[in-house]
Amino acid sequence: MTTERESRFVGPRRGQLIFALVFLTLSVLLLALIGEQTTWVKKTKLFAQPRFWPAISLGGMVLLGGLHLYRLPWRRVSRYDLKEARHWGQSLEYGLWFMAYVFLVPLVGYLPVTLVFVPLLARRMGYRSRLMLWVSLGFALSVVVLFKGLLSVKIPGALLYEYLPGTLRSFFILYL
Amino acid sequence: MDMIFSALEILMRWDVALALLAGSVGGVLIGAIPGVGPAVAIAILLPATFSMDPIVGLTVLLGIYGSSMYGGAIPAILINTPGTAVNALTTYDGYPMTARGEPRRALSLAYSASFFGGVFSVICLILFAPVLAKVAPMFGSREIFLAALLGLILVVVAHRGQALMAGALACFGIFLNSIGMEPVKYTQRYTFEQDFLGGGVNLIVVVLGLFALSQAFVLLLDEDEKVHLTKLRGGMFQGLRELARHPRVTAVSASFGVLMGMVPGVGEFTAQFMSYTYAQKSSKRPQDFGNGSSEGLIAAETANNAVPAAAMVPLLALGIPGEALTAMMLSVFYVHNVVPGPALFQNDMDFVVALYLALLILNVLVLIFLLFATRHLIQVVRIPNRFLGVCILTLSFVGVYSLRNSATDCIMAAGFGILGFILKRLSLPAVPIILGMVLGGIMEVKLRAGMARVKEPWDMINRPIAFIIFTIIILVLASHFLRVWKERKELKEAEWQTKTASTSFGRLLSRRKNSFLKDRGKEVRARHSKLLRRLKDLF
Repeated sequence: MTTERESRFVGPRRGQLIFALVFLTLSVLLLALIGEQTTWVKKTKLFAQPRFWPAISLGGMVLLGGLHLYRLPWRRVSRYDLKEARHWGQSLEYGLWFMAYVFLVPLVGYLPVTLVFVPLLARRMGYRSRLMLWVSLGFALSVVVLFKGLLSVKIPGALLYEYLPGTLRSFFILYL
Repeated sequence: MDMIFSALEILMRWDVALALLAGSVGGVLIGAIPGVGPAVAIAILLPATFSMDPIVGLTVLLGIYGSSMYGGAIPAILINTPGTAVNALTTYDGYPMTARGEPRRALSLAYSASFFGGVFSVICLILFAPVLAKVAPMFGSREIFLAALLGLILVVVAHRGQALMAGALACFGIFLNSIGMEPVKYTQRYTFEQDFLGGGVNLIVVVLGLFALSQAFVLLLDEDEKVHLTKLRGGMFQGLRELARHPRVTAVSASFGVLMGMVPGVGEFTAQFMSYTYAQKSSKRPQDFGNGSSEGLIAAETANNAVPAAAMVPLLALGIPGEALTAMMLSVFYVHNVVPGPALFQNDMDFVVALYLALLILNVLVLIFLLFATRHLIQVVRIPNRFLGVCILTLSFVGVYSLRNSATDCIMAAGFGILGFILKRLSLPAVPIILGMVLGGIMEVKLRAGMARVKEPWDMINRPIAFIIFTIIILVLASHFLRVWKERKELKEAEWQTKTASTSFGRLLSRRKNSFLKDRGKEVRARHSKLLRRLKDLF
């Protein structure tokens, strides 16, 4: 049965304990490294010390994170917590998709990679119809044209563009 | 009057006009798509605006900020799903109106209320600007430090029931800001001898990770929902007439929006809560609230749209952002070497008024657009969730990579994206991290400068404004602790009602000790030990 303390807790139960434990552990570890990672400068006031703000922030993280853990109405990691942690892990897959996109753009080029990436990820998400394929391609093309062609955001030309003939090469490097 | 003309001169450019149009239409579209929201859009567009003039870049971002709430009302009213987080209260009365066959009335009322809120706040602030220009120079280093501290404390205590974790996350933000080369003594802080950490953690990378990438992960791991749209019947102008019948609720809600918007860290939710409560208490039909009350809808929509203009006050006058969106806008100022603060009000007042006039024009543009284009616009809610996730992931790349063309930034953004995803799953706030980063930097610089002229601790608050802010900090903290103490007392009472024994182990032991020392306790113990002895003798 849910206790009074549990029912008044803001947010879901699953994963809270794991998050609080990891947060506190990392905060304590970082605080333990403060002597090694920051410097104490002689003949300098406390408030101007380079160590002052890391100490305040990490101290706050340890204190408030510890109090949060202490005030949690649960003391044991349940199977729902572990299931939730696995769900967090699933987001890694899309993190990897994103990183693959990041590493391929400087090699193959913004336009070609985007034209492949968007329909491929849409397919991975279960959109297999011809309509969605065209929508994905249209979206990919418009993103490249809008941001690189019109707004001229800083995305460098790819290595592959170097092999293109003269004017086409400079056009691709500048706009696509 | 001269100031207004010179402000209009700043706005009389084709690129500003285009920015106004793009910001207003784009903001409405972004607001109308549940799951995107202005924070995601601003985070993605931020690096793209760096190459623009400050007025153009800020107009686009301000346009998205100001008009997204108009758009957010559409799905809130038609499909009971708020387009942006601040439209959650709109669903209370908007959707019941749709359910009883009045979607057009609800939409037109929401647009009219939003328009009034937006215009009212801009006019208030234009009139208020000369006063601000006089007050702002009174803020020195100490006052700005205390105001930033107040903003941070307000953000933390605003998260009811989660204040401890919100505080810890704000401290995490301050810690992130302290990473890298320290600019005064040139020492390294938490760089672990890694070159990429030497320059510190970039705010935009964190913002993109926590807001855009995390939202992409949420959508990609979510299920698509089937949306049933109601057909729109009737005129769109009836809301304007209906709004005129509730002048008191409209004016009070807009005033709450302006006041709450100006206080750092408070924002739309508190303004909405206060105006909705006021409207319900003062209404002749309070039982209608939550069941399709026009007054409830007016209160919610007027209050939230009055906030964006007011939220620019602490940013422009003191350089202190009160929430995540204005914190993002602060980086646009920094990129162009425009330092918001008292000096901006003294030297570039026309720039400030130009921004407000841009917001005014924006509200008119949005209203016109919505009155004529709602029928077609509502189709955007049909975009499937997971495809939206694909779109946000693709657009996030532009935001992060165009910043410095650094893959390391992208790895960090992905890391913060996963952190933001976890925070969203746990219903924990990400905003304190951003404000901790921004306000932590301001506090570090201002405290160092302020303490250089301070001999005794009392000198820190010996000026009138510093003393007032310090008193407010004490009052805010005292009221927060009082509330926590009351909640704890209520919890104890509730626990005592459901339990017979003490809930505290220490008290349980102390009660047993007292029981042993009393005569009756001694009698019981003697009887028990006698029984135990007899039992032992048996074996």
